[in-house]
Amino acid sequence: MSGFSIGGLDLVGDVEHLLSYHFMLNALRAGTIVAVLAGAIGYFMVLRRQSFAGHTLAVIGFPGAAGATWLGLSASLGYYGFCLAGALAIAALPAAGRLTAGLGGYGDESAVIGTVQAFALACGFLFVSLYKGFLSGLTGLLFGSITGVSDGQVLALLVAGAGCLLALLALGRPLLFSSIDSDVARARGVPVRLVGTAFLLVLAVAAAGASQITGSLLVFALLVTPAATASRLTARPLPGLLLSVLIAVAVTWLGEGIAFYSPYPIGFWVTTLAFSSFLLATGYRHGIDRLGRRRPATPRGERRGEVAA
Amino acid sequence: MSEQLPDAGPPAEVLELAGVTVRAGGRVIFSDVSLRVRPGEFVAVLGPNGVGKSTLLKAVLGLLPIADGRIRVLGAEPGRHNSRIGYLPQRRAFDPATRIRGVDVVRMGWDGDRWGVALPGRLGGRAGRQARDRVHEVIALVGAEGYATRPIGQLSGGEQQRLLIAQALIRRPDLLVLDEPLDSLDVTNQAAVSALVQTVCRSHGVAVLLVAHDVNPILPYLDQVIYLAHGGAVMGPPEQVITSDTLSMLYGTAVDVLRDRTGRLVVVGQPDSHAEHRS
Repeated sequence: MSGFSIGGLDLVGDVEHLLSYHFMLNALRAGTIVAVLAGAIGYFMVLRRQSFAGHTLAVIGFPGAAGATWLGLSASLGYYGFCLAGALAIAALPAAGRLTAGLGGYGDESAVIGTVQAFALACGFLFVSLYKGFLSGLTGLLFGSITGVSDGQVLALLVAGAGCLLALLALGRPLLFSSIDSDVARARGVPVRLVGTAFLLVLAVAAAGASQITGSLLVFALLVTPAATASRLTARPLPGLLLSVLIAVAVTWLGEGIAFYSPYPIGFWVTTLAFSSFLLATGYRHGIDRLGRRRPATPRGERRGEVAA
Repeated sequence: MSEQLPDAGPPAEVLELAGVTVRAGGRVIFSDVSLRVRPGEFVAVLGPNGVGKSTLLKAVLGLLPIADGRIRVLGAEPGRHNSRIGYLPQRRAFDPATRIRGVDVVRMGWDGDRWGVALPGRLGGRAGRQARDRVHEVIALVGAEGYATRPIGQLSGGEQQRLLIAQALIRRPDLLVLDEPLDSLDVTNQAAVSALVQTVCRSHGVAVLLVAHDVNPILPYLDQVIYLAHGGAVMGPPEQVITSDTLSMLYGTAVDVLRDRTGRLVVVGQPDSHAEHRS
């Protein structure tokens, strides 16, 4: 990660020490996969204004995992099953195919999603209390843990992540087109509804995968914050997407490294780092925009002009 | 700009509607609309709000079924040749927070409907260079060079509209279908965008089907108009259709058509030409 030392701190030595633990190696591997995935998918999620849907998908994983554990099944199965089912349910909501840039996006839909989200959380708590011996795992389910990633989980994540990225690559231009301008995309023959559903499914797999590392509540730190940060730094699609991935990977690596040497949980560090980058980017954007306003402004069209007599 | 079809002798009709009726929810939206549009013609679809002007455009694009009649678009069923149609739907504006550049929005018109991703920069090879050249060409055509690389959400309504027209033009369409492109623009921008559409129509031979609820900004340029009103439709050249009698009958209220000093027609008292009638 870094080949230098500052003020007597032996960073190289620290990193070598950290990598000598197999569980840390696995945490870094899993974290990297999750970060790349979340950064890329999050970029489109933010562009499509589907942050709320993404958050809900992440939260829905919690009752899935808790329920699966209660029934004696694997938690992964619960995460993936519930997230995918949730994605199909959101895609079936009438307004989902109709989101349009600048036209308000979600109205009733967000109310329905919010209602389902609250119910999902409540079910999760029910399952946790039904399975009495499981309460210690609650924090892990919600906020993630650094120690629990097995080799098998890393492999499963790698397969799921590669599948998601390939799907995203294939969706590519039509996804961007229908995210920005769904009416024109539809007229040009893009199956807007299908693209939207496919995207939600990819989002669900990413959320389920990431939940197992960062916990259900903190998936969001990786899905939305790097993308929101990147979009404040550039308005170009490809650099924006790559920047989002880069920020997600950087905060994950740094967060895991710091968490290893500190008593505080990994989720806190990753989220705090992501949040800091977001604040910096927002400040940068404000500064740039303020500079831009000093130049003579172009006349802005009035909202609804009067008609000439 | 618009290359003729290789097999085309004399230019055929771009658009042909015969006795078209559209129903929605058991209600007749409009009935018995007939229209022929030839290459390079500028046709306006006019009328108050809620009479189905946008519905007519969607039927032409094959996005809505028709109950009766026949539509031929570029010699085929509606929806068959939509890649040869530039479409600008009715909308308000991009959200100010939309962080994507105008030039990216224009580019979507070129290959946004193709699966996969385009290789960036030099990796894109000749196809990539061709796409970039064409993007610059249409941006210059609509006069948007000054702001095309800024995020589209931060541009004014007129600037956004020009970029969207560039997007609609990028694939050298034979037909431009524009739904209320002048809506939400101030008077200066209405005149400028109207003149731009006229230029594209005349010098590049692109047929234009434009929906408006106020006819005045485009009136000097029109070859044909089609007025939809509750219960009926009137079609023909502007000087025949745009008369005090016809419009008063269509709107059910007194509408005057005047001639100004230069001989231009001006419609006065048209109920929907004022802002307070729409919300």
